[in-house]
Amino acid sequence: MAVVFERPHALCDVRLHYCAGCTHGIIHRLVAEVIDEMGIEGDTVGVCPVGCSVFAYNYFNCDMIEAPHGRAPAVATGVKRARPDLNVFTYQGDGDLAAIGTAETVHAATRGENIVVIFVNNGTYGMTGGQMAPTTLPGQVTTTSPYGRDPRKAGYPIHVCEMLSTLDGTALAVRTAVDTVPHIRETKKMIRKAFENQKAGNGFSIVEVLSTCPSNWGLTPKECIKRLQEECIPYYPLGVYKDVQLEEANADKLAMGGAAK
Amino acid sequence: MEKVLMKGNEALAEAAIRAGCKCFFGYPITPQTELSEYLSKQMPKRGGVFLQAESEVAAINMVLGAGGTGTRVMTSSSSPGISLKSEGISYIAGSDVPCLIVNVERGGPGLGSIQPSQQDYWQATKGLGHGDFRLIILAPNSVQEVVNLVVRAFDLAEKYRMPVMLLSDGLLGQMMEPVEFPEISAKTADNSGWAACGTKMQREHHIVNSLYIEANDLEAQVKKRYERYAVIEENESDAETYLCDDADIVITAFGACSRIAKSAVNKARAEGIKAGLFRPVTLWPFPKKQLLAATKNAKAVLSVEMNMGQMIDDVKLALDCRIPVEFTGRTGGVIPSPNEVLAKLREMNGGAQ
Amino acid sequence: MTYEILLAGFGGQGILFAGKLLAYCALFEGKEISWLPSYGPEMRGGKCNCSVCISDEPIGSPQVLEPDLLVVLNGPSFEAFVPNVKPGGKVFADSSMIDAKTDRTDIETFYIPATQLADDNNLLKGANIVLLGKLLAETGIFTFETVRKALEKNTPAKRAHTIDNNMAALKLGADYQA
Repeated sequence: MAVVFERPHALCDVRLHYCAGCTHGIIHRLVAEVIDEMGIEGDTVGVCPVGCSVFAYNYFNCDMIEAPHGRAPAVATGVKRARPDLNVFTYQGDGDLAAIGTAETVHAATRGENIVVIFVNNGTYGMTGGQMAPTTLPGQVTTTSPYGRDPRKAGYPIHVCEMLSTLDGTALAVRTAVDTVPHIRETKKMIRKAFENQKAGNGFSIVEVLSTCPSNWGLTPKECIKRLQEECIPYYPLGVYKDVQLEEANADKLAMGGAAK
Repeated sequence: MEKVLMKGNEALAEAAIRAGCKCFFGYPITPQTELSEYLSKQMPKRGGVFLQAESEVAAINMVLGAGGTGTRVMTSSSSPGISLKSEGISYIAGSDVPCLIVNVERGGPGLGSIQPSQQDYWQATKGLGHGDFRLIILAPNSVQEVVNLVVRAFDLAEKYRMPVMLLSDGLLGQMMEPVEFPEISAKTADNSGWAACGTKMQREHHIVNSLYIEANDLEAQVKKRYERYAVIEENESDAETYLCDDADIVITAFGACSRIAKSAVNKARAEGIKAGLFRPVTLWPFPKKQLLAATKNAKAVLSVEMNMGQMIDDVKLALDCRIPVEFTGRTGGVIPSPNEVLAKLREMNGGAQ
Repeated sequence: MTYEILLAGFGGQGILFAGKLLAYCALFEGKEISWLPSYGPEMRGGKCNCSVCISDEPIGSPQVLEPDLLVVLNGPSFEAFVPNVKPGGKVFADSSMIDAKTDRTDIETFYIPATQLADDNNLLKGANIVLLGKLLAETGIFTFETVRKALEKNTPAKRAHTIDNNMAALKLGADYQA
């Protein structure tokens, strides 16, 4: 009988430690499928963050480096500059990427570092037990915003893709979600695009994936998906914020006298 | 080979390239500037990478990434910048990644001064970050020795799979002296047995990591590292002695300060004071045995430092209170004069003037 | 033979360059040398001095505190450093920039209007080299040819025309008689 579904080779045959209903597993799988489909596992180095995905080095079959909190883009820069022949990706959460690692993220992007950043945004510090994150929504209750995030005191959430799309070094800045099958397919497409950008030397590619945290949101997995759709996506609109491939294609069309939308 | 005149910082940079250093990541800070400027000019021409990072924090993490692939890599900074790097240094030590870190010391604490100092002895030998770990610390005292020790530093880093620090200072960095570059065979160790450089689908994946969530696992890992440290203490400690055999008073001094101490020893000898100089070349491992041998006949020891007295702790520990140990020095970027040291020697010799 | 030489003035007067020329001359003659700059954080106009040690023996402290030879190009440095010159030492002072005179009789002091001389001969900013010329003439420490070699080593190709100017300044200082 033909095998119709199996574990991607780039994903290790081990049990993930993520909570039931957490969407990290889906995102891991999408990254691994892309690595498999592009046939690049043997020449890829992943960099994991501090946060829920800290153990990702046990889950991806390629060589892995564990970075200090927030520093994954700097570590990835070191790998890529030393070995431009390798494919390099980071896998980071919102606290890691958009709070403690803001400088590393912004500067890797503006340098146009040829790396892929997978940014999992669930609006909370999961591993330390659900504290307020840079992407926590206004009014959202967390263990360190027990009265709900008050932007007058705690500031406003950061829109990472919007911010990074303003930088010339960014090749791809896109926000997706993993709440529905079409969105999951779109996410995989974008991850593939990010790795292809790296192959082509286009620069910095970030795929922001809106994700859930049943344990710290205090909701069932199903309720989490509902919240993601009703509260998170409206605040963080999905879509392509920057795509140099698209811009080039449009420029070509214009040059050929075609109509660019 | 022809001798050339070079600043300590530039000679260091040139030696690093010749020693096969392929990547440099740094952030501007006085008084190490010439080093990064030299590399920014030379690295692209000689097949290397120069990258100015957005911060010291980022630079040291780039070192972790590049070193993690098994590539020869270095960073350099000065005192306040090294404080910023300490997070990354701890991770690098905990991940067993070889690299070279250069500290061209200046006055502290805080923003301090930009003048030469040795105020980072404690930081370098005992406090480069959180956790149980060591760095090999090399302290040159001439531009020629800067060159020689850079080569040794890279070799030691790879031999023991750990970061090595070269502790220079503003005086050595800015000073020009004649220097010769020895024929260096820039052979990098084979790091393919552990480095994250791509599995090529031919082996299990390598993980460069300092996280051990089980306390027992972490303890075992740290103990393994300490077994390596014991071998280093046994084999790699190094010191230079000058007129110690018959010395009543042995001065201990390292780096640039040992130059001042040597001038003071010569002046003291000229007036009949039997002084000698003991100069640790490795600050960790501290050359205890060599110090014991050098002070066999001494009645007292004088630690001369460009700080408020930091290495003196290790001198006292090594001597185990056998003979009195005194201190003289200047701090904040002030360089002590040979005459100040001489005055202290006269006082210790019983003839205070 | 050991020379401890201190050159001092404002930043921008060519203090470090003059010191470098001496260091290179010593290099060509196979001596032990140290050259140590000391200057403030300002790029121009700050205090600037340069210690040069030249010896047949390895150099201990590279910092010159009691110079055998002092080359000095401004008033504050004259006040600060002349008292420290070793007895029997020599001072080469730019009297266009320095009004003071020392009453020390255990040292030899040469007052040369170096800036004026350089300006009069269209050798702008050549005062440092004028003083160096006098130093060479009075000490015989290096020949003009050696200095020329040092100039060639330290002058970028696009500024090669300045070598002759500097040699002229050197001669101007060497020939100067008060």
